[in-house]
Amino acid sequence: MTVGLMVTCINDALFPDTGRAVVTLLRRLGVDVDFPAAQTCCGQPMVNTGYLDEAVPLLRNHLEAFAGYEAVVVPSGSCAGSVRHQHRLVAQRSGDPGLVRAVEQAPPAYELTEYLVDVLDVVDVGAYFPHLVTYHPTCHSLRMLGVGDRPRRLLEAVRGLRLVELPAASECCGFGGTFAVKNADTSVAMGSDKARHVRETQAEVLVAGDNSCLMHIGGLLSRERSGVRVMHLAEILASTEAVIDEPARPTAGSAAASAEASRTDGPPRAPRPAGAIR
Amino acid sequence: MSELARESSTRRSARSAEPAPRASARGATFLGTPPFPTAAKAALADTQLRRNLAHATGTIRGKRAAVVAEVDNWEELRLAGAALKDRTLRHLDTYLTQLETALTKAGATVHWAGDAAEANRIVVDIARAHDTDEVVKVKSMATVEIGLNEALADAGITAWETDLAELIVQLGDDLPSHILVPAIHRNRSEVREIFLREMGRAGKPAPADLTDEPARLAAAAREHLREKFLRAKVAVSGANFAVAETGTLAVVESEGNGRMCLTLPEVLISVVGIEKLVPTWEDLDVFLQLLPRSSTGERMNPYTSMWTGVTPGDGPQEVHVVLLDNGRTDVLADEVGRQALRCIRCSACLNVCPVYERTGGHSYGSVYPGPIGAILTPMLRGVGHDEQVDSLPYASSLCGACFEVCPVRIDIPEVLVHLRSQVVDAHRGRPSLQGAAMKAASWMFGRSARTAAAEKLSGLGSRVLDRTVRRRAPGGRRALGSLPWPVSAWSDARDTPVPPPESFRAWWSRTDGGRR
Amino acid sequence: MNARDAILARVRTALRDVPRDETPADVEVPRLTAPVVPDPVGLFAERVADYKATVVRCTPAELPDRLAEALDGVGRLLVPTDLPPDLHPAGPELVADTHLPVTALDALDGVLTTARLGIAETGTIVLDHGPGQGRRAATLVPDLHVCVVRTDQVVGGVSDAVAALDPHRPQTWISGPSATSDIELDRVEGVHGPRTLHVLLVG
Repeated sequence: MTVGLMVTCINDALFPDTGRAVVTLLRRLGVDVDFPAAQTCCGQPMVNTGYLDEAVPLLRNHLEAFAGYEAVVVPSGSCAGSVRHQHRLVAQRSGDPGLVRAVEQAPPAYELTEYLVDVLDVVDVGAYFPHLVTYHPTCHSLRMLGVGDRPRRLLEAVRGLRLVELPAASECCGFGGTFAVKNADTSVAMGSDKARHVRETQAEVLVAGDNSCLMHIGGLLSRERSGVRVMHLAEILASTEAVIDEPARPTAGSAAASAEASRTDGPPRAPRPAGAIR
Repeated sequence: MSELARESSTRRSARSAEPAPRASARGATFLGTPPFPTAAKAALADTQLRRNLAHATGTIRGKRAAVVAEVDNWEELRLAGAALKDRTLRHLDTYLTQLETALTKAGATVHWAGDAAEANRIVVDIARAHDTDEVVKVKSMATVEIGLNEALADAGITAWETDLAELIVQLGDDLPSHILVPAIHRNRSEVREIFLREMGRAGKPAPADLTDEPARLAAAAREHLREKFLRAKVAVSGANFAVAETGTLAVVESEGNGRMCLTLPEVLISVVGIEKLVPTWEDLDVFLQLLPRSSTGERMNPYTSMWTGVTPGDGPQEVHVVLLDNGRTDVLADEVGRQALRCIRCSACLNVCPVYERTGGHSYGSVYPGPIGAILTPMLRGVGHDEQVDSLPYASSLCGACFEVCPVRIDIPEVLVHLRSQVVDAHRGRPSLQGAAMKAASWMFGRSARTAAAEKLSGLGSRVLDRTVRRRAPGGRRALGSLPWPVSAWSDARDTPVPPPESFRAWWSRTDGGRR
Repeated sequence: MNARDAILARVRTALRDVPRDETPADVEVPRLTAPVVPDPVGLFAERVADYKATVVRCTPAELPDRLAEALDGVGRLLVPTDLPPDLHPAGPELVADTHLPVTALDALDGVLTTARLGIAETGTIVLDHGPGQGRRAATLVPDLHVCVVRTDQVVGGVSDAVAALDPHRPQTWISGPSATSDIELDRVEGVHGPRTLHVLLVG
């Protein structure tokens, strides 16, 4: 069976390594994964800001792009939540009964950890990541989708990985899409508390299933010169013992560790994830 | 008078024969609260407020979680609570007339108030008929909403708030910032100072050796208010529930001030929002389990009083019930937003809200703060004509914690998004940066070729930045620091990763999905 | 149009989407699973005590002694006129509540009553102000409330209580002494209602 990778607009444009990690991971697990090139954005930014009319063309495009796939896999709790909970609303707004039907007939969309645990029935994906890691359950994966302990079970099965509990883990990081700029001060206040909790764990890496939230928390951690890096869960699950050196021409979006980012005061050594696939 | 009351009186003055009441001579008012982001910015800078709120909401969250966890059928109760309220709301006309009949039969007098002005006039007239210059009050959100205290003051009648938190707010000439604990923004030492400074002016002074121990502060309130309870002829209350079938009203409280007001005076006036109804006596079972655990994190609150009209020889012998609309029928008319009328004012959503915890209740500029206020206020007042009101549906990161704890399953994030679309629609046709950006994004994401072209441009920019930006985020990726407006809203506090030279889409196409 | 008719008209307009033939019963309400309470009396005692009330279990024969202990130091005690005579304690001066003015109630040291029922799950005492329970003000104004509850009056949960009670009677549900969480959301006992609640659980 072929699954359609819904990479999401933010991963496509800003975090291509996450998309590549999903491809690596799913292929390793024997999944035939395809990237429907017609895809763009699920429309969540418009819907959550109140621009429903503006989301209608995106919905049409999305439905056309993914028609015919058996399943859609999304490395984002938030975008999976948008597909599952908001698309119907947008279709109803359009006043086009054909669009409402198309939403009802669309292939099922799974957040990555749901697909791994529920559909593929795997918890140990054969990953190796010998670092101290803390996990932030993003709000939409936790409360809108209800992914529960799936990410945690996947992480616990990663060899070498030590998982440390994040205090107040279930509290929102304050990203919230356009909330981050419309209510920037509140967003930063929430994010700063989240970043403080991350630092308290002494973890080398903060992992989550949503790069949007990670961009926010990571942006604060970076501004604070905290020395904690953020990584999408898919990139950790894609890592194996087979260390592949940094590519000759590192991309700006490279997930490879840099000596400049080494922690001098923290435990073990700077994170240098093994097997980040280029 | 609160802004909300003013607004509703003004808005509904066409329906009401009387002119809108004047603003109160007293200082505290929500009028002039700036839009949420601005108000929040000021609140966030108040370190005392931040600390008080984090401490108080943290305490109550833990208590709630513990007492909810010991109820095996909590989800069943939530579903039943939501369904019972839906049943009531979908047949509200039937239940209202049923309640009226039952109350009248039980010896109560029923009044109907379309708006704040009408409700206030009814209460003032009853108090005047009894020739009193003071009333004692049980905490009631509805009466704060309509600005009753200010209306009474204008009529020369003093309203004594008797709930401890309301007393703190009233003595401090302050505004409520929480549905359950209006003085949540005050800590014990601030309360001590207010009591020492103000109690003497309102009656019995606080003992000179008052400490900031909560038990001592509570004792001071007991001493201060007792003389008022013993002499008051008229009391004003709200109601947590009104049973349509029997005419029974219920007030759920902790301190005994409610019992004092509901029992000792000769005359009792209860101002009840029309959404407070439940169909039958048996239905109280569900709500008396949901409410205390959700609000104060207790298995049961210390006191619940229930009364059905007049009981000869026991309690007030003259009982009035004022049924209040004041915008509720507008909420009822919104099929998505209607669920907000299920609210039983437990305030669990405030206590778990990460936005409320940091900004406090005053930032919302309304008697109903927090997540429920962010949906209720815009629906009660209408969107599209006030920048402050229109900012409220955006005062949320849509994290969903409020929905998770709501005992009557109000999907607050759903209603927030719904109201955001109403705000946007009300402003369509007016130029805005946000609207232009959304239109541009909609165009760009409407076709993948346009998206790819934009990404290509971004990739070109990335190559330039890769040579010029020295800064790297942990992990090695180059990062941008502070950037000019309008990106500054993002970049003032957060570094931004430099875009990659190649998008995922371009990589897939170049390498045939990594196979080349 | 008067306010009543205007509001009812607005309600009906607002509910245009509700099908005309829908009845309240058509809005389904899920049935609740009744909680199982294995030892209601034990649980009741434990949960009342959780509120920082004093709970003393005793047999009917022991009741006079336990009453005397509970009322130790009480000078003038309010009693409902219809309090069963076998509950009249020795010791305090008994003041019958013959519609005393509230200022007189305020001058008394305590009040002794029976109850209508007790709820185990929540540690709640319910008064419906029937015989032996006094009018509502009686158990409110004095600072000490001693309440005699028989073990056969204890029910398991809130549902059982609601089913047993008559809505046409005034009711006071009491869960511990008066308390407040209004300062920093931390519970402290003792505000306007009786600051001491003493429950004698007999049976």
